[in-house]
Amino acid sequence: MSAARWFLPAASAVLLSGVLMASQEEAPTNEKRSGLDYVSPETRAMQEDDTSNPGMLWVLDGETLWNRAEGENGQSCASCHGDAEQNMRGVAARYPVFDTDSKFPVDLQGRINQCRQARQKTDPLEYESDALLALTAYVAHQSRGMPVAPGADSRLAQFHENGRRLYEKSIGQLDLACSSCHDERAGERLAGAIIPQAHPTAYPLYRLEWQTLGSLQRRLRNCMIGVRAEPYAYGSLELVELELYLMSRAEGLPVETPGVRP
Amino acid sequence: MARTLVNVPETARAGEIIEIKAMIAHPMETGHRVDAKGATIPRNIINRFECVYDGATVFAADLYPAVSANPFFSFTTVATRSGAIRFIWTDDQGAVETASAEITVT
Amino acid sequence: MVGPALEDNYPLIGRRRFLLTSGGALLAAVFTRPALARLTVQEALAVFANGAEIKEGRIRLEIPPLVENGNLVGATVTVDSPMTEADHVKRIALFNEKNPQADMAVFHLGPRAGRAEVSTRLRLATTQVVTAVCEMSDGGFWASKAHVIVTLAACVETL
Repeated sequence: MSAARWFLPAASAVLLSGVLMASQEEAPTNEKRSGLDYVSPETRAMQEDDTSNPGMLWVLDGETLWNRAEGENGQSCASCHGDAEQNMRGVAARYPVFDTDSKFPVDLQGRINQCRQARQKTDPLEYESDALLALTAYVAHQSRGMPVAPGADSRLAQFHENGRRLYEKSIGQLDLACSSCHDERAGERLAGAIIPQAHPTAYPLYRLEWQTLGSLQRRLRNCMIGVRAEPYAYGSLELVELELYLMSRAEGLPVETPGVRP
Repeated sequence: MARTLVNVPETARAGEIIEIKAMIAHPMETGHRVDAKGATIPRNIINRFECVYDGATVFAADLYPAVSANPFFSFTTVATRSGAIRFIWTDDQGAVETASAEITVT
Repeated sequence: MVGPALEDNYPLIGRRRFLLTSGGALLAAVFTRPALARLTVQEALAVFANGAEIKEGRIRLEIPPLVENGNLVGATVTVDSPMTEADHVKRIALFNEKNPQADMAVFHLGPRAGRAEVSTRLRLATTQVVTAVCEMSDGGFWASKAHVIVTLAACVETL
């Protein structure tokens, strides 16, 4: 731990000492845990009941968009991919994947926009737009319950390695790395919240703070702003690399999309 | 594109009390928030929700900004006859959204 | 003028008497104050009941005592009522202490509901008391309240 981390504002120092106190009470666990294990019973019940999970509003919307013809060719997602319930099953569990055209890793949102531009001949959807979130949630939802299973694609190795490096690199005015909280202090408390292990298995997810559905990229940027760092731009390679690394850490946990978190 | 999600049992016996759930995608903008430039974001909430079944409004709600974004309600009604159960949401800008679900009463 | 903290200073019996006697005076206060000022819970209740007496009981407000985020707090209101033509709940309302506005929601129901049970999701600006009140078909008003602690989120998006 670098010395700079101790020059925190008083409030943060109090929080940190709370964390250290908590660590004496709670035994550390090596078990992989979804963030769902740390939410209140009410929030968990909301996620687990499709008639009360607000994320399902986007999933339903995504189904409509999946079947809607767009662009010059008058093609919908379904025109090529058919029935999403069959053909998209398992896709989110193995993303991000290596894109042979660009030679870079691509996440689900990137793939959807790539399809829109290259196949449907239409404009890409904006990050965090309801339409992109809906389509992404609809595709990811088809893998709900399936274990995260990143493929062993050697072409992804360097990007995965860079994701790990980004995860462990201290950033921002608070000089914290992702790992400072989500590895070293996972399961302990920061203010009223328990620090989760950072497994991105439920995205896009409905965050009570956001009052809407949001992407993993929004959450990652949220964390970067939290440690007073300049966040990477939406759609940047760094955010996809981080996702690549996070998904490999989450291997075996079930996909939950759409999740609900505080 | 306003999305709604309603849940009504497909079948019920006459006289049975059934549970209904209804949810709509809406920001429920409170009128108390400001944008990045400091300007107040005008209030726009769903201010009225109604459920109509078998010739009458069986449930209604007047809403204020203290109702969460993407408002959710669950309530009950007595199954009387087969037909549509209709849902109507109205917001401050006068936008009206409707949804409908069929129930078979035996 | 009635301050917002007054209710908490009264023990249950005292408050019951307070509700019994002060509805009319509160109602008068509501209509003579500046338009932009927030109504207190007592004033909002007086408006809802049109000054009538509000008693404790018959209505139950289920709301988690401690919530992770005030943007979405599940609340369920149940009223002890047979929900018949002769004896039913007409309205159920929810009021808060510390949001910018006291009113939260008013539900309209009747005998065709079968049961007087309604759930919704509320916004709570901070730790506070939520009051549920119902109007019965016989003209009676009944109230219940619940205290909710809204915990501070550690990592919020805007600083």
